[in-house]
Amino acid sequence: MIRLRPSRVKKKVDMQIDDLINHTSEWLKGTGPNSDIVISSRIRLARNLNQIPFPHWASKPQLDEVIDKTSAAMSKVELLKNSTLFKLTNLDSIDKQFLVERHLMSIEHTQKTEQKAVLFNNEENIAVMINEEDHLRIQLMQSGFNLFEAWNIINSIDDALAKLLDYAYLADFGYLTACPTNTGTGMRGSVMLHLPALVMSRQIERVLAAIAKLSFTTRGLYGEGTQASGNFFQISNQVSLGHSESEIIENINGLIRQIIEQETQAREIMLSKGKDVLEDRINRSLGILKSARIITSQETIELLSMVRLGSDLGMIKDIDRRTINELFITTQPSHLQKLENKKLSAQERDLKRAELIRKKLNLL
Amino acid sequence: MLCDICGKNAATVHLTEIIDEKMNELHLCEECAKDKSAAMESQFGLSDLLAGMVDFQKPLTKEEEVVSLKCPSCGLSYADFKKIGRLGCAECYNVFRKYLAPLLKRIHGSNQHIGKSPLKCPGKIKSTSSKVDKKKICLQELKEQLQNAITKEAFEEAARLRDQIKAIESKKES
Repeated sequence: MIRLRPSRVKKKVDMQIDDLINHTSEWLKGTGPNSDIVISSRIRLARNLNQIPFPHWASKPQLDEVIDKTSAAMSKVELLKNSTLFKLTNLDSIDKQFLVERHLMSIEHTQKTEQKAVLFNNEENIAVMINEEDHLRIQLMQSGFNLFEAWNIINSIDDALAKLLDYAYLADFGYLTACPTNTGTGMRGSVMLHLPALVMSRQIERVLAAIAKLSFTTRGLYGEGTQASGNFFQISNQVSLGHSESEIIENINGLIRQIIEQETQAREIMLSKGKDVLEDRINRSLGILKSARIITSQETIELLSMVRLGSDLGMIKDIDRRTINELFITTQPSHLQKLENKKLSAQERDLKRAELIRKKLNLL
Repeated sequence: MLCDICGKNAATVHLTEIIDEKMNELHLCEECAKDKSAAMESQFGLSDLLAGMVDFQKPLTKEEEVVSLKCPSCGLSYADFKKIGRLGCAECYNVFRKYLAPLLKRIHGSNQHIGKSPLKCPGKIKSTSSKVDKKKICLQELKEQLQNAITKEAFEEAARLRDQIKAIESKKES
């Protein structure tokens, strides 16, 4: 493909994306309500413009028009002042995967990238995908169990944008989206949970089955189309029409509160009945992480999950939650390649990953 | 460990398939895993699921008439929608309203939105009307929306509308 943009533009973009590697997203700080079990809370809104077909059905000039109109509007919104917009055609595959690993955009957004863009702020808690499945996908991420706070912020961003953009909306159907599963509020709230005790005590299947019955979905670390892996589960609402935004959030909160309670109970039972076994497993995990020379990302996630549990239970005192949270992200394939500043094979990555973890954990 | 499919590269992706309660573990190299996931996606996606739901509700009118129904604004036909599971533009919702209303009800358990609405007057007001007229029509429109919200018992939405009306009216006086 011919790159139309001058190379210096590309270089500038690279520098900005590269800058991200040196700091961590706000939502990874490991604070906020129930942050021993809840990693993060996220709200996303799907919005479209009148008069322009939805992305999959629009022509290239129409999609360019969407980028122009929405980016102009977003530049006027106070809450988006410290944000940068990237056109995806200016990013290479490692950059794109890097943004997915940081939860700033979806895997779907990395496919067929012409006329697509992403905008996010310095804190990386606000991110907007332009021309993904809908014209706008606005997301807000918060550390800990904090959906209402996320809603309050995203609601004011949405109000500000509504004054500047002609949103596709009908009084009876609500916000109109490309896929009818998002029509209405266009809202999805999700909460990322760490449930090692429910998994180890084999109660998780029962919990997940109950969630599915209540018309909520469970996904993996990276949202739509990803399997729940290890001990991490992302739970979100399926229904977006017929309930107000607050009702939907209240429903998710009610469910999450119950799951938190179950996980807490399961942790207490493990502590009272098998503390030695648990302590052994947690410290063995830490031992492997501190000394391994070759490690896959799957094994890293599993072991870090145990270390995080150890830190939550006070069994590991010298490693804080933020360090562990950061390692979940920095050990991902594109983050490693960004750190090394070159393409690495899977085998090379396993070596580099082990090295990075050893450095981080042994220095503490 | 070598890849189960090509037997050449080292397996780095480990996949567990559950078919009819039988668990099957696959160890794949990156390349074969990519092919495999593409094959799985083409097997069954959300659009198939949606297209299936569209099929369930057999329309009352003649099948061909429905299928050939086309959105004048973007050119998407109902047949296209059935195939790809996505609407073409905002206007599609009006054109296919008769068939979408029951579909939305099936998906969400309701087809009546009671959440927030864009905080501005709908773009229906013609630009030829004077500024004062615009404000008048805008207020009227908002008051109607407020009535609707109250009838639907969407009180949060009603409160927002009430505040917006207040804001416009106070500006008018000053």
